[in-house]
Amino acid sequence: MKKRIIARLDIKNEYVIKGIHLEGLRKVGNPNELAKKYYEEGIDEIIFMDAVAAYYDRNSLSEIIKKASKDIFVPITVGGGIRNIADIQTALNAGADKVAINTQAIQNPEFIADAAKIFGSQCIVSSIVAKKTSSNSWEAYVENGREPTGVDVIEWAKKVQALGAGEIMLTSIDKEGTKKGFDLELNEAVSSVISIPLIASGGAGKLEDITTLFHTQGVDASALASTLHYNLLQIDTLKTYLTSQEIEVRV
Amino acid sequence: MSYIAIIDYGLGNIQSISNALNSFNSPYILSKDRDEILNADGLILPGVGAFGEAMRLLQVHNLDSIIKEFAASGKPLLGICLGMQLLLEKSEEFGLTSGLALIEGKVIKFPLQSSISLKLPHIAWSQIHHSQSTQENSLFFDISNATDMYFVHNYIVVPKDKENILSLSSYGGFEFCSAVHKKNIYGCQFHPEKSAKDGLKILKNFINIVKAYRC
Repeated sequence: MKKRIIARLDIKNEYVIKGIHLEGLRKVGNPNELAKKYYEEGIDEIIFMDAVAAYYDRNSLSEIIKKASKDIFVPITVGGGIRNIADIQTALNAGADKVAINTQAIQNPEFIADAAKIFGSQCIVSSIVAKKTSSNSWEAYVENGREPTGVDVIEWAKKVQALGAGEIMLTSIDKEGTKKGFDLELNEAVSSVISIPLIASGGAGKLEDITTLFHTQGVDASALASTLHYNLLQIDTLKTYLTSQEIEVRV
Repeated sequence: MSYIAIIDYGLGNIQSISNALNSFNSPYILSKDRDEILNADGLILPGVGAFGEAMRLLQVHNLDSIIKEFAASGKPLLGICLGMQLLLEKSEEFGLTSGLALIEGKVIKFPLQSSISLKLPHIAWSQIHHSQSTQENSLFFDISNATDMYFVHNYIVVPKDKENILSLSSYGGFEFCSAVHKKNIYGCQFHPEKSAKDGLKILKNFINIVKAYRC
């Protein structure tokens, strides 16, 4: 099956921002301009994350999504500050295809089940933000990596699948923004307990990181941020490279 | 004025389809109104989510019979994703539910063997295999065989009559019907409105089919 290359745009105050370990956020560009550029270059999907929504108790990406969906014809996921069914409806009405849910799901796991029942599993991406605690053990964080929850990532991954999530986007706080490669152990540990698609996020820096990731059993997609925003990798170069490494992608 | 009606029943990627039609400057309306729908030159039935809920919502607005009436008029109708599944007779999603029965056959869950570790939903860009690329006035005109389209689904359609299969795709070695066609009724399992430039081409082809019917 073809692997997906996804552009992840974390947004604060209408700018795409990027940090390291989800901290020290810096502005890197206009979300609509970047999204359109990635679409033209052949990206398979786009994820917009409101980086501060959970923190400020709001959800503000609608205008950006409305604009983006007018000229971007690949799947769009919206995350950050999705708290109730109405928030999901608003995101879908704006042109999103899926929503990514983290904080609200940890607080009320049944929210995933309710949302999946109404909108279908394919619409519900469980966003899991993980920080390593010891060898082969990770803790789930909420509020864009600010707050620990005491929840074990592996157990939580099993649970969100049982509740009806259609995909898991797994962000490694330890690797996020470092450009030092993905947390392969984490992705392997999670993929071994789930049977829904897994999107790995956090750590890509060079071509080989992504090849190594896709050679990890059970990883279906790679969410890229720094690598794209800072022009470290071109999407077509990446896809040509992956194809040469016998990893199937859409070209 | 001629226009395409997109059925608006609260389920689906209506915004994305609207945006796609806008990109061609093709007039459309979002509607659940009987007259508006029946006066349209073409109809798009979108849909994501669960089959049973979708049928329930269609029935609440009496849209099931309006869609059947439209289909009987001979004007072109396109179902997308769940909207295509609804065209069939029944689905086994959450117990057996009746569909619009515009195409004979049923909707079943991906029959994947447990021995193969394939994931569901099938969320991926997958190839569509067809033989329509040189046929003008076809949904897949100018779409190369084996072009990638974006899929996201747990269920697949199984048309009774093989003649109704417009394209085949495969997932985990299992071949399934990825588009249907019967007279004026079209459907695709993938999302053309989310399948980049090639997907848009399919919607453009549908618009051309609508135009050709009108002339």
